[in-house]
Amino acid sequence: MEIEEFVENFAGQFVDTDLNVFSKDTVFHELDEYSSLIALMVISMIDEVYGVTVEYDDMAAAVTIEDLFNTVKRLKGEQ
Amino acid sequence: MTEAYNPFSLAGKTVLVTGASSGIGRATAIECSRLGATVVATGRDEARLGETMAALTGKGHVSIQADLTKAEDVSRLVQEMPQIDGLVCNAGITRRRPISFVKEDELQEVFNTNTFACFTLTKAIMKARKMNRGGSMVFVSSMAARQVTPGNAMYAASKAAVESFARSCALEYAPMQIRSNAILPGMVETPMNNEGGLSAEAIERDKQNYLMKRYGKPEEIAWGIIYLLSDAGAWSSGTSMEITC
Repeated sequence: MEIEEFVENFAGQFVDTDLNVFSKDTVFHELDEYSSLIALMVISMIDEVYGVTVEYDDMAAAVTIEDLFNTVKRLKGEQ
Repeated sequence: MTEAYNPFSLAGKTVLVTGASSGIGRATAIECSRLGATVVATGRDEARLGETMAALTGKGHVSIQADLTKAEDVSRLVQEMPQIDGLVCNAGITRRRPISFVKEDELQEVFNTNTFACFTLTKAIMKARKMNRGGSMVFVSSMAARQVTPGNAMYAASKAAVESFARSCALEYAPMQIRSNAILPGMVETPMNNEGGLSAEAIERDKQNYLMKRYGKPEEIAWGIIYLLSDAGAWSSGTSMEITC
């Protein structure tokens, strides 16, 4: 599980935000386009691609995309 | 000379029509082509799909045979089809039984074709990003979703779900400027009426319940669908349009 691929999958849920905005350090809650629907799409993407269930609380607790990546790693038992 | 003014024109748009081998789907494919669309026609029956293709106006139309209840057919269709600006989810079947006599396999069949195929096809198209920004989805529900008649529970419930699904699509795809609406036709003169298990006499009697004392023609539904596909419908999303009288 690579962080670059995770950032790419995360960015893939957005429509209007410039792809260059996304990096592991992006504070995603501050993105204009971020919404409850995007949060649900990210949770569903994680379920589909990584096979783990991230809760809304995990989304709220994560500040950067890397924080969320680490949550997914923890849930997958890789950390 | 100026180009004829027509906000209902589909020139420059590519439209996928499911269930295009007969009835409302065939009429929609034909009328879309007459208004300038490039049509991608899909249906289960290759021969009847060919008849639809032969009736289209203009060039560049494509037919892709597919059974939308089969996952492999859905993914092949989406892979083979071009980028689209319009989706008409029309494929439908009916089975008429009183609730106490509903058969599990028929219930599954009706929902697979009428309802679940809308979900799987929409998902596949959107995941593959085959719908252009500014596109329009039209889901063919039915007046039966609101006005139930005895023996029609399976069809009515499956079409009620379609109407609701159209609203969910409107909400979730609005960020992409994609619109989604449902069309609710009353009874229309299509081959499906023969599947419904109603006698010719019962059908004639039923026609008298309509203000115009007749059933709709398939193209009269297609024109409503075209309104929603065209720029004329640019400020309609999340709505249900009843076409009946």
